Amino acid sequence: MANFSKSNVPQFSMDVYQNEYLPEGGREVNAIVTVTATGGGTIGSAVAAPHLYAPGQGPSAAVAIMVDCSGSMDYPPTKMRNARDATAAAIDTLRDGVHFAVVGGTHMAKEVYPGGGRLAVADATTRDQAKQALRKLSAGGGTAIGTWLRLTDRLLSSADVAIRHGILLTDGRNEHESPENLKAALDSCAGRFTCDARGVGTDWEVKEVTGIASVLLGSADIVADPAGLAVDFTQMMETAMGKEVADVALRVWTPVGTTIRFVKQVAPTVEELTDRRTEAGPRAGDYPTGSWGDESRDYHVCVEVPSADLGREMLAARVSLVVPQPDGTTQNLGAQGLVRAVWTDDMVASTSINPQVAHYTGQAELAQAIQQGLDLRKSGDVDGATAKLGRAVQLASASGNADTAKLLAKVVDVVDAAAGTVRLKAKVAEADEMTLETRSTKTVRVKK
Amino acid sequence: MPPAPALAPDGNDVPTGSPGSPATGVQFHRPPEPDEYPLQAPDPRVVTDRPPPAEGIKLCVACRAGRVDSDGYCETCGHAQPRERDHMEHDAGPVAAVSDRGLRHHRNEDAFSVGCTALPDGSPAVLAIVCDGVSSATRPDEASLAASRAAGESLLAALPRGTHPQQAMHEAIIAASHAVNALADEPATAREHAPHQNAPACTIVGSVVTAGLLVVGWVGDSRAYWIPVDRSSPPARLTEDDSWAAQMVAAGLMNEAEAYADERAHAITGWLGADAYELEPHTASFKPDRPGVVVVCTDGLWNYAEAAGEMAEAVPLDAAVRPLHSARVLVGHALDGGGHDNVTVAVLPFPAPPMGAGSA
Repeated sequence: MANFSKSNVPQFSMDVYQNEYLPEGGREVNAIVTVTATGGGTIGSAVAAPHLYAPGQGPSAAVAIMVDCSGSMDYPPTKMRNARDATAAAIDTLRDGVHFAVVGGTHMAKEVYPGGGRLAVADATTRDQAKQALRKLSAGGGTAIGTWLRLTDRLLSSADVAIRHGILLTDGRNEHESPENLKAALDSCAGRFTCDARGVGTDWEVKEVTGIASVLLGSADIVADPAGLAVDFTQMMETAMGKEVADVALRVWTPVGTTIRFVKQVAPTVEELTDRRTEAGPRAGDYPTGSWGDESRDYHVCVEVPSADLGREMLAARVSLVVPQPDGTTQNLGAQGLVRAVWTDDMVASTSINPQVAHYTGQAELAQAIQQGLDLRKSGDVDGATAKLGRAVQLASASGNADTAKLLAKVVDVVDAAAGTVRLKAKVAEADEMTLETRSTKTVRVKK
Repeated sequence: MPPAPALAPDGNDVPTGSPGSPATGVQFHRPPEPDEYPLQAPDPRVVTDRPPPAEGIKLCVACRAGRVDSDGYCETCGHAQPRERDHMEHDAGPVAAVSDRGLRHHRNEDAFSVGCTALPDGSPAVLAIVCDGVSSATRPDEASLAASRAAGESLLAALPRGTHPQQAMHEAIIAASHAVNALADEPATAREHAPHQNAPACTIVGSVVTAGLLVVGWVGDSRAYWIPVDRSSPPARLTEDDSWAAQMVAAGLMNEAEAYADERAHAITGWLGADAYELEPHTASFKPDRPGVVVVCTDGLWNYAEAAGEMAEAVPLDAAVRPLHSARVLVGHALDGGGHDNVTVAVLPFPAPPMGAGSA
C-alpha cells in the first residue's frame, strides 16, 4: 500500500521545548513538540509549488472531490455555477498521473466522473472529460454526507497509492440521515483517507463541517461568498498535491506509573488527540496526524509522573513518528524527542514556565473561549458570552493572533483589548459569526 | 519496543513487592509506596561481587527491573541512571579526593584533581585542586572540570621545574581561569535548555604540600582548613571567602553570625569565568611546626562544618595516613547533614611523605 519511492519521503525532525525542572513533589510535565518535515522529492516547497515535481516523480495519490448537488445549491443559481468552476479549477491543479474522481452529493452519492466504480488517471484528456462531465451537475435532492464519504472511500481504496485525499463541499445541514449515520460513516473512513471540508454560504452547520475535517485530519473553512470557491479549491488541491507521506502517527512512550493527561496538536490549529490513541506495545500509544508535505506542526504533550526525590531525573515521555505498514509492522521515521523531568529545589528553575508551553496553553484557551462564548451567545446568555468573548479578545491580543482578533472584532465591540473588556454587537452578520466559529482553532506560533 | 525482562541482578526476588504480569514479566503498576532509590552509585566493590545480569544488558538502579536504553534512561520506570560524575573517588597515594552529587541536586557540578610529583631536589610535593561550578551560569559542570584539570596540569608541570609553590599556585589559577573562559566561546550542547545564559563559571581552591611548606590558593568560596594531627593544638581556616558574608564581616558591618544568617551570605564576589570582573587569585604560604592534614573542600562540606573546630571534629584522627577513608567520612558528614549541595573533599597530609611512603 505504502509504496512511496524513497526520494519522496521527507526528512522529519523533532524539537522539544519544555521546562524540565519540577519542584519537590511536582508531578505535571508539559512539553511542546515541534515536528518539521522537509526535503521530500520536491524542488523547493511542495506546498508552494507542487508542479515542480519532475514528471511522474510525485508520490502516488488519489483524490476525490465531493460536490454538494442538493436543491439549495440553486439558491442563488451562482452557487452551483461557482461550485462547478471551483471543481474545474481543482481538476486543473491535479498533477499528471494522480488518480481522481468527482462525486455528486445529495441524499445519496452519485459518481459524476469517471463512473463505474473507478478512478481516472489525470492527464490532458481525462481533465477535459471531467470538466465536460461537470456540466451535467444539477441541483436537486437532499443532503446525506455519510453516503458521499462512503462512496469516496470505496473509490479511493480501489487504487494502490500512497496518499488518499478527499475534498468535500456542502452548503447545507446534513438533514437526510441521522447524526449517528454520519458518525458511523466518519468512523469507518477515519485513517483510510484524509479530507478537507468546506461550507459555502451560511446555511450549513459549523460543527458538522469542522467535525468531518477533524475526524479525517483535514482542514475546515467557510467560503461565505461562492465567488471565492475557485481560489480556495485550487489552494486545497495544491496542498493535497504537496503531501508526501500518509498515515503518520505520533508515538508516545511513557514509563511505568505515568499518566498521559493530554496530547493535542496546537499549531497550525488546535486538534484534541488524547482520545484517539491506539495502543502500540508496552506503555506506548499512537496518535494519528494524517498526511504530511513539507510543513511544520506543534504538539502539546502533558504527562503526570510519579513524584521522585530532589535531584532525580527521569524520562517522562519519548516521542517518535511512525507509519504503520500493511504487514502490521511500523516504519519509524527516525525523529525522536525526549520529554524529561528533573526535581530541583532551585525555585527559580522550577517555577519558570516555558514560553512555548505558556503560549500554546493560551492559544488552546482562546479556541475554547470563542466556542463557549458563541454557544452562550446563541443560547441568549449575554453576560456569559461577553465574559468568554472578552477573554478571547484579551488572549488573541496578548499572543499576537491578529487574524482571530480581527474576526472577534466583527462579533464584539472591543473596549479594551488588554483588559478583555468587550460589548456584544447588537447585530452580527451570520457569515462573520460562522467564520469566527470555524476558524476559532487556528493558532499562531510563538514570536521568536 | 521489546518488553523488559524482569531480571533480578543477583537472582533474588525483584524488590518491588508487586509481581509482574506472567505473560510479559513487566511490572504494570507501581507499589503503593515509592521504591527506595539508591541515592548514589553503588559502591563499585559491591557491584563487582555480583554476577552480571546478562551480556551487554544494564539493569536500572532505580526499579531493578527495566533495562537501560541508549539514552541512559530505564525502559520501565524512565529514571535516569547514575552518571560517572555523580560519585567520584581518586586515591593518589598520600592524597585522595571524593566528590558526590549530594541529595538535592540533579547533577554533580563539582570537580577535583589530585596528584603527586617531585621538586627538582627530589623531595615530594602533593597537590589537590577542588572546583565548584556556579549553578546560576550555563554548564557549571564543564567549568569546574576544565578548571580543575587545567590547574592540576599546570602545577604538575611547574613544580618539577622549580617554580616556587606559591608562584606555581598563582599560575595554576590563571591557567584554570583561561580554561573556563575558553568554554564561553563554545556553543552550548543541544541538551542544555537552561533558563540562564551566563558564561560558564566556577570557584577554585587548591593546596600544595611539600616537606616544609603548605601553600593554598583560591578564588570564590571553596575553602582549605588546617587540622593538626595532635588535636590539642588549634585547627585553622586557611582561606578567606570571596563572598558577600565574608566581605560584610571584613568591612566590620556585621558579625559572622549575622552575615552567614543572611540569605545573601553565599553570593560569591569572585569566580573564574569570562564574565568575572577582574581575576584576583589569592595565595598564601604556611610553614606549620607540626604534622597535620589540609582539608580542601567545596561549601557542600563546610556548610555542615563551618568553623575550624567543627571541621576538626569531623576529620578522622588517622586522616594523615588514610586520606581516602577520611575524604569519604567527610562526604558522609555532609550527606548526613542533608546533602543540600554537591560535596567535594580532598585530604592532603603535611608534611608531604617521602615518595613511595603513601598510605595503603
